[in-house]
Amino acid sequence: MKTLLDHKQLDITLQRLAHQLVENHLNFQDTAIIGIQPRGIWLSSRIAELVRKITGQKNIDYGMLDITFYRDDVHQGDIHVPSLTDINFSIENRNVVLIDDVLHTGRTIRSAMDALIDFGRPKKVELMVLIDRRFSRELPIQPDYAGRIVDTIITQKVKVYWAEKDQKDEVVLID
Amino acid sequence: MSLSVKHLLGIKELQTQDIEQIFQTADNFKQVLQRQIKKVPALRDTTVVNLFFENSTRTRISFELAEKRLSADTVNFSASGSSVSKGETLIDTVNNILAMKVDMIVMRHSASGAPWFLAQHVDASIINAGDGTNEHPTQALLDAYSIREKLGDLKGKRVTIIGDIMHSRVALSNIFCLNKLGAEVTVSGPPTLIPKYIEDLGVRVEYDVKKALQWCEVANVLRIQLERQHKPLFSTLREYSLYYGINKQMLDSLQKEILIMHPGPINRGVELNSDVADSANSIILDQVENGVAIRMAVIYLLSGKTALGE
Repeated sequence: MKTLLDHKQLDITLQRLAHQLVENHLNFQDTAIIGIQPRGIWLSSRIAELVRKITGQKNIDYGMLDITFYRDDVHQGDIHVPSLTDINFSIENRNVVLIDDVLHTGRTIRSAMDALIDFGRPKKVELMVLIDRRFSRELPIQPDYAGRIVDTIITQKVKVYWAEKDQKDEVVLID
Repeated sequence: MSLSVKHLLGIKELQTQDIEQIFQTADNFKQVLQRQIKKVPALRDTTVVNLFFENSTRTRISFELAEKRLSADTVNFSASGSSVSKGETLIDTVNNILAMKVDMIVMRHSASGAPWFLAQHVDASIINAGDGTNEHPTQALLDAYSIREKLGDLKGKRVTIIGDIMHSRVALSNIFCLNKLGAEVTVSGPPTLIPKYIEDLGVRVEYDVKKALQWCEVANVLRIQLERQHKPLFSTLREYSLYYGINKQMLDSLQKEILIMHPGPINRGVELNSDVADSANSIILDQVENGVAIRMAVIYLLSGKTALGE
C-alpha cells in the first residue's frame, strides 16, 4: 500500500482544481457542478464549497447524480444499490462539470453522460477527477481537470478516503 | 445485494428486508417518474411477457408502463383470443412463449397457486399479478408503500381492511405485508365475507365498521367481487352499502382524520361513496401512481436473477 496523496497534499490539489475551475468559468451563473454517486459526491461537495469561497457567490448550482440504472453491467454480478439523484435546477444550455473521485475504465462517466442528458441538453459537459488512472481506459474519455495522474496496472486499486465519511483524508494505492 | 427470492409469488415468501429493499429502490424510480424523461435504460437486455388469464386494467397498464420505463421489451398476452381457448395447457403456453427467449413472466390467473405451479416447471422469473383468491403481492407492496409515504414507518400503524375479505387476494397479501412491517391489522365486513380462523394470521376481527374505523389510521376498502361469489353471501348490494359502505357522514362522525385506500376498480355507491373516494382523505390515485414505481423496483431487482441464469 502506497500513499498517493496525504491530507496536506490533497488540500493543495483541491485548491488547485477549484481555482482551475473558476479560471475557466468566470461567470458561474452558467455553470453547474454535479457529483457522481456514490463516491464522487465527497469531492464535488468540497469543490463546490471552495468555488463558493473563491468567487464569493453563494448560490452555485450543485447536484448529485446516480448512474445505477444507466450502467452497462446491470446484469453482470450482483444488482447495484441506487443512491439519491438530486438535481433541482435546469441544465438546459448550461455548462455542467461532472465530478468523480477516480477515473479508471471510463464506463462510469459514459453512464453519467447518458443519465445527465435525460435531464436536458447541456451546452458543454466537462469532467473533473481527483485521480486519473491513465492507460486503463476502455472508452475514449479523458478528464478536463485531474488532481493527480497515476500509472497503475489492472490488479491495483486506488482508494480515496474522505474525512466526512472515512474519518481521514487520504488517497492510497493498494497492490 | 439482491432479493432473497427468484420469483415474486407471494408476500408470504418475502423477508422483511426484501420489502424494505423494494421500497428503497421504488423511491429512486419514483424520482425518475417525475422527470421529463421518465425512462432509464437499465433493462435494455430483458424481455418480459405479461400473461393475463383474467381481466385487468390498472395492473396490466401499470406493469406494462413499469417495463417500458425500464427499457425492457414487452409482449402482452390475454387469454381471450389465444390458443388457451383451443385447449392448450398453461405449461405448454408458457414454454412456447419462453422458447421465443423471454426472460421474465408477469402472470395473472384465476386459479389460486397458478404462479407457484408455473415456477416449478419453467426457468424464467415469475411475478404474480394476482392468483385467484390467494395473493396479489405488488398491490400489497404499493399499498404499504403509499401508507409509508403519508404516515412514515409502518411499525405500530393501525390499518383496517374492510369488505370482501374472503375472496380478496388484496386482503391476504396486505395482511402478510403489513404484519411483516410491524403494522396492526383489523378486518371488517359482513360475517359471511370474513373467513373463519382469520385471527390465526395475526389480525383482529371487528364486525362493526364504525368501531373498526374509529380504531384505525388507515382504512383499505375492498371491492365487492360479485364475480367470485358463487352463492349469495349478502342479500342485496343496497343492504351491503347501507351497513358496510363508507360515506362522508360516517367519516365526519369519527372526530379524527383517517386515510382511505381502495385497490380499484371502485363500485361507487356500494363499498365507497363518491364523497369519500374523491375527498382529501383518499389516497387512491397516489396508490395508482406508486404502483408503477413499485413494479419497476420489483422487476429491476428480480431481473438480475434471470440474466445470471440462476
